[in-house]
Amino acid sequence: MKGKSVPVDLWLWGLASALMTAAVSLIFFYAPTEREMGDIQRIFYFHVPLAWIAFLAFFIVALCSALYLWKRETKWDTIAHSSAEIGVLFTTLVLITGPLWARPVWGSWWEWEARLTSSLVLWMIYLAYLLVREYAGAEERGARFAAVVGIIGFLDVPIVYLSVNLWRTQHPPELVSDLGGAMLLTLMVSLAAFTVLFAVLLRQRTALRNLDRRVKKLKRQH
Amino acid sequence: MRRSIAMILAIVRKDLLSELRSKEIAVSILLFALLVIVVFSFAFDPETEALEIVAPGVLWIAFTFAGMLGLSRLFAAEKEKGGLEGLMLCPMERDLIYWGKLLGIFLFMMIVEAVITPIFLVLFDFPLWIPELGLISALATLGFAAVGTLFSAMAAHTKARDITLPVLFIPITVPVIIAAVKAAEAALGGEPFGEMASWLGIITAFDAIFLVVSGFVFEFVLEE
Amino acid sequence: MSANAGIAIETRGLTKTFGEREALGGIDLKVAEGECVVIFGPNGAGKTTLIRVLATLARPTSGTVRIAGLDLQREGPAIRRRIGVVSHQSFLYENLTVYENLSFYSTMYDVPRKEKRIAEILELVGLADRRDERVGTLSRGTQQRLAIARALLHDPTILLFDEPETGLDQRAGAFLGNFLKTLTSGKRTVLWTTHRLELGLELAARVIILHRGKTVFEAAGQSLTIAELHQTYARCTEEPR
Repeated sequence: MKGKSVPVDLWLWGLASALMTAAVSLIFFYAPTEREMGDIQRIFYFHVPLAWIAFLAFFIVALCSALYLWKRETKWDTIAHSSAEIGVLFTTLVLITGPLWARPVWGSWWEWEARLTSSLVLWMIYLAYLLVREYAGAEERGARFAAVVGIIGFLDVPIVYLSVNLWRTQHPPELVSDLGGAMLLTLMVSLAAFTVLFAVLLRQRTALRNLDRRVKKLKRQH
Repeated sequence: MRRSIAMILAIVRKDLLSELRSKEIAVSILLFALLVIVVFSFAFDPETEALEIVAPGVLWIAFTFAGMLGLSRLFAAEKEKGGLEGLMLCPMERDLIYWGKLLGIFLFMMIVEAVITPIFLVLFDFPLWIPELGLISALATLGFAAVGTLFSAMAAHTKARDITLPVLFIPITVPVIIAAVKAAEAALGGEPFGEMASWLGIITAFDAIFLVVSGFVFEFVLEE
Repeated sequence: MSANAGIAIETRGLTKTFGEREALGGIDLKVAEGECVVIFGPNGAGKTTLIRVLATLARPTSGTVRIAGLDLQREGPAIRRRIGVVSHQSFLYENLTVYENLSFYSTMYDVPRKEKRIAEILELVGLADRRDERVGTLSRGTQQRLAIARALLHDPTILLFDEPETGLDQRAGAFLGNFLKTLTSGKRTVLWTTHRLELGLELAARVIILHRGKTVFEAAGQSLTIAELHQTYARCTEEPR
């Protein structure tokens, strides 16, 4: 464990904690209560950043997948794999916070509206990314196949959004009309908090995976 | 270029020959598509209008499932005896294998769709001549074939090949399925072409992107 | 061997890892044109991996490989035109007949005067009378003969054989042995992995023993008796306790 990276992680954790605390305070105490939906609307400040960061995670998956296929260096695969896991986690949270919000507002747990449906499809694509590693049977092949899925999946994302949006233009439940100053600030802080959290999680997961690899290697040599 | 085309056609011909020798397969897939449509008809009460509304969906579910059956066979037999590696040993760029296989599955699925569509139109009491359906079929099937060929090759290299293909294929082709169903809905409803245009546009965009990208990443699936 | 003879196969520092497993750990190999080199080694030594890399079926992790002077990474198709590969897989299509298999591959290899060549090659392996039989119905030994025919169809200058004797019975094995004799006495380069120490020693100009992805022994074929070869093999491939 390089001595130099310890302070960096510490800083990041600190930053993440600080931002999260700030975000949560703003979300619950500063942001004004939405006129029509009431307090439940505050989920919005979790739901939206989670969705954006999931998208960022999948972008990183695609980028590192391409790098892996090009250079065949394991480190790119490690980052891609870790990013996909976190992306799937965040998307799962999007799919949970969505219904939690929808129920009091629309009266039903799920509506086949554009954003939720797209998130569902995205979730399935990246689950497939994780599963294909298992199906492939061998580590190197799993990494290679996953990389292909990572690239194809990411290229599919805009088309999924496009088609689902077109499919659902008939009924757009517009959840957020316009954001007032206070709401915008809360959203931005929340977004920043989740971004740093993502960075922390990615670093941790990647480091853990690398450690795991080294342990396996040592085990094999003895 | 001429050589490449000759080689692609050789692959298609070989596949066709091989599949026709096991005659049961081609007929079974046709029958399967028909069964899906029939089962859906039982699921909905034919007296209500529901059947007309779900009809385009039923058609494309049948084509999607039948397509997956066809795709699962695309590389499976090849992989068994090293036929795939035999192809890889041939003196050509690896993506020719992709194009050859793609053309094969595309033609196969088009034939299945060409046979099933009229039967479908009869069963659901639609007018029998709807040429737009042919265009929708061609474009959507091309999209299916583009990513399906890639995923089929992948699935052939995995232990759980029957499950790998659907898990990969269905989420990725959601845009094509949505667009094909909506376009078919417009076509069956006798709507003007403009109604279908945006849907066909989506499918075309999908086809363009994934034909290029899949062809490009295909060799990574083959070569260890 | 003339000093000006070209190098058919050359690898430098060839490694191949599958994730964390190292299958080939730095192979330096040089096979001159027309030379016959046989590679022995226990299962898992990396023999098949080596052949696969040379056949462009697997990509090297590092090191350079040149076949017929062509760089492996860049000139795949050109290399494949010059090599013929026989493995324990037959590379044949079971639903197709003997003739149809060869016809297909002739097209893929752009073999000139296809029909004549197919007839010729079927004569060579003794399968002329079985043209229209489906490959799936043939015995393993017969399939292997067809596999050899397939490999020779485009008249390659370099032959790669990976344990071709696997799964063959006595008779088929004997045929293979004789056939290999005719092949290796020609001008073709032959690189051959096998478990058959006697035959290998008899036919090869050079023998190499591979163990755990590395070359552990190399010598000229004539410098060893079969007993010495057995001893050396046992010694080199000893597993540490």
